[in-house]
Amino acid sequence: MAGLHKSEFTNPVINWIDTRMPVFTMIQKEYGVFPTPKNFNYFWNFGALAMVNLMLMIATGIFLAMNYTAHTGMAFDSVERIMRDVNYGWLLRYGHANGASMFFIVVYVHIFRGLYYGSYKAPRELLWMIGVVIFLLMMATAFMGYVLPWGQMSYWGATVITNLFSAIPVVGESVVTWLWGGFSVDNPTLNRFFSLHYLLPFVIVGVVFLHIVALHITGSGNPLGIEVKGPQDTLPFHPYYTIKDSVGICVYFIVFAVLVFFAPNYLGHPDNYIPGNPLVTPNHIVPEWYFLPFYAILRSVPSKLGGVMMMFGSIALMFVLPWLDTSPVRSARFRPIYRILIWVLVLAMITLGVCGARPPEGIWVVLARLATAYYFLHFLVLLPLLGKLERPLPLPESISRPVLGGGPLPGGAMAKPMEKA
Amino acid sequence: MMRTAHLFQARLFPFAAAAFAAALTLAAPARAEEGEISYPKQNWSFNGPFGTFDRASAQRGFQVYKDVCATCHSLQQMAYRALSGIGIEPSAIAAIAGSVSVPALTDDGQPTERPALPSDRFRSPFPNDRAARAANNGALPPDLSVIEKAREGGADYLFALLTGFRDPPPGFKLGDGMNYNTAFAGHQIGMPPPLHDEGVTYADGTKATVEQQARDVTTFLAFAANPEMESRKRIGVRVILFLVVLTGLTYAVKRKVWADVDH
Ligand code: HEC
Ligand code: HEM
Repeated sequence: MAGLHKSEFTNPVINWIDTRMPVFTMIQKEYGVFPTPKNFNYFWNFGALAMVNLMLMIATGIFLAMNYTAHTGMAFDSVERIMRDVNYGWLLRYGHANGASMFFIVVYVHIFRGLYYGSYKAPRELLWMIGVVIFLLMMATAFMGYVLPWGQMSYWGATVITNLFSAIPVVGESVVTWLWGGFSVDNPTLNRFFSLHYLLPFVIVGVVFLHIVALHITGSGNPLGIEVKGPQDTLPFHPYYTIKDSVGICVYFIVFAVLVFFAPNYLGHPDNYIPGNPLVTPNHIVPEWYFLPFYAILRSVPSKLGGVMMMFGSIALMFVLPWLDTSPVRSARFRPIYRILIWVLVLAMITLGVCGARPPEGIWVVLARLATAYYFLHFLVLLPLLGKLERPLPLPESISRPVLGGGPLPGGAMAKPMEKA
Repeated sequence: MMRTAHLFQARLFPFAAAAFAAALTLAAPARAEEGEISYPKQNWSFNGPFGTFDRASAQRGFQVYKDVCATCHSLQQMAYRALSGIGIEPSAIAAIAGSVSVPALTDDGQPTERPALPSDRFRSPFPNDRAARAANNGALPPDLSVIEKAREGGADYLFALLTGFRDPPPGFKLGDGMNYNTAFAGHQIGMPPPLHDEGVTYADGTKATVEQQARDVTTFLAFAANPEMESRKRIGVRVILFLVVLTGLTYAVKRKVWADVDH
């Protein structure tokens, strides 16, 4: 199979390189002419946004790391040095801290898009599962990053979350000691978290690459949830989607800028500006907002082991989602009941998020339990049943048909509603 | 059928956006309820996207910190040179720093003291936390460098705290050496009321009521916690204006590129 590549590039330098290492051909193929469904809506921007966000996190993170000191006695002060004495250090730090929030907003919308339009269904199951891996890695990265400034919430958040592993029967306590590198969250813990916080984003880059590889094998889904039938259904990625993604990126940066420049601490917790102190426990230990729904699931179960299993289970479920959902129709547009249930799920997640921020007492416990119950009911019971019970609306014949024709489709096109187009 | 699909698609975005906004706002005030304390919103010069620190107020506030709070509270993240951020002249800063002596070593390694330089950080009143507690009836006066960001309610809370000292209501059992405060969680605070009418004399002739001093020192502490705020907001306004224009242009190009596509 060895042999030079026949490059079609006319620029002699590019041609010379491309002949020996056809990366330009690859870029041209995967991002230039790559056939992309012509009917994307703006929900299809969020993958590109996540990519931009990841690069921003790495860029700001590397410069923060140049000025940060991973030591329990110095970490808090070093972050203040970054804020006060490093040129534009406040921009780096507020950019990184709010960048993490933006990352989760973007990824949650991206996941919602997948749920709403059935992007996880065959043949995109593996693509979806790789996405869930990215989500888990992001959560680990963000959790360890939040420990680095060594404020009260850093310290106590780390203590609470690492302690969850003590719920593992028999070996739990030893596992926690092993994770800590000692008998409490301390300097060894901070150092290993810093090391891993620097490492994991690059692991994410690798997994994102696999995500894209899988995407470019199956091709993108689209809001109608039917497969591309031919060239009339697609457009070359460039310039059509490069420009459409650019619009989204601009809007994304506006939201990001409002946070960084005008409300940089709005999404943070004030207690993290109090240096971490093992002797003083905060009144309420709460994680960052993006973990609140899962934190609420954890706390809604009276047993520790049960809570931990439910929490991890809620994400583990995502791996088998492609097989839980038995409906052959992808897009919620053509699923009259699913279209309602997906919003109930969103409501349940928001309820969980709100409950996670409140002390676990009174009405908040009840609400959190109801929402947790719905979460599992939705995936484990309703989705498998719905595929059998729901009567989907007729699917359009192809992407370009309704787009071009506009009006109602001829009867023939509507005759096979249950077929996965 | 396609028409309803499109209608729905148009409605989807605002709906999702509203859901997110609702989640964020609902999650935030959750923390305010803790401890059942209230801190009425004040009109600060540094509020809002164009807010700046009222220089005169912040300078008076610095005087309050220096003359009153500094006996108990450190401000260890801040350097004297940072005072230029509230309009104090370099020569005045050098004089302020020079009037404080900080620990140093002599050439042969003996502990000594030297006058502080503008690049030194504010000298702390106590050598360590234990000494601070010992001098304050067991309570630790926290460092005030980022206190404005470290409390729910920020400046509004600080103002409410500093003006919230009262006689305890009948029947309230006050601990030994504790003081009643309407804003502090649990209403018992180890800090004695620090501010008194005419407790400081302002050089600019402003009448030094407790409220005035509280307002001024809060402004100063808000500056101490956010020395970058003015340039941050200034840059932010430009960045956002730029992005709005860029978004408009990008959208126009997008329309042009897509003009020939039926979709
Ligand atoms: C006599 C010493 C003393 C002086 C002077 C003093 N404080 Fe305090 N302050 C304390 C102590 C002690 C505490 C801790 C109280 C506690 O935890 O119960 C405290 C706590 C505080 C707190 C934290 C309250 C909280 O929410 O935890 C703030 C803010 C504060 N002081 C501001 C000031 C300001 C501003 C001044 C100057 C106007 C000042 N203090 C002057 C001793 C003092
Ligand atoms: C997946 C991408 C990343 C996420 C989600 C993430 C998340 C976070 C979070 C939530 C914090 C705490 C911010 C705060 O409250 O102060 C943080 C801090 C930090 N991160 Fe990251 N990060 C990412 C990538 C990186 C990378 C690649 C580096 C280094 C190369 C890095 C270096 C740091 C440093 C030094 C801090 C401590 C300074 C600070 O607290 O502001 N991060 N990160």
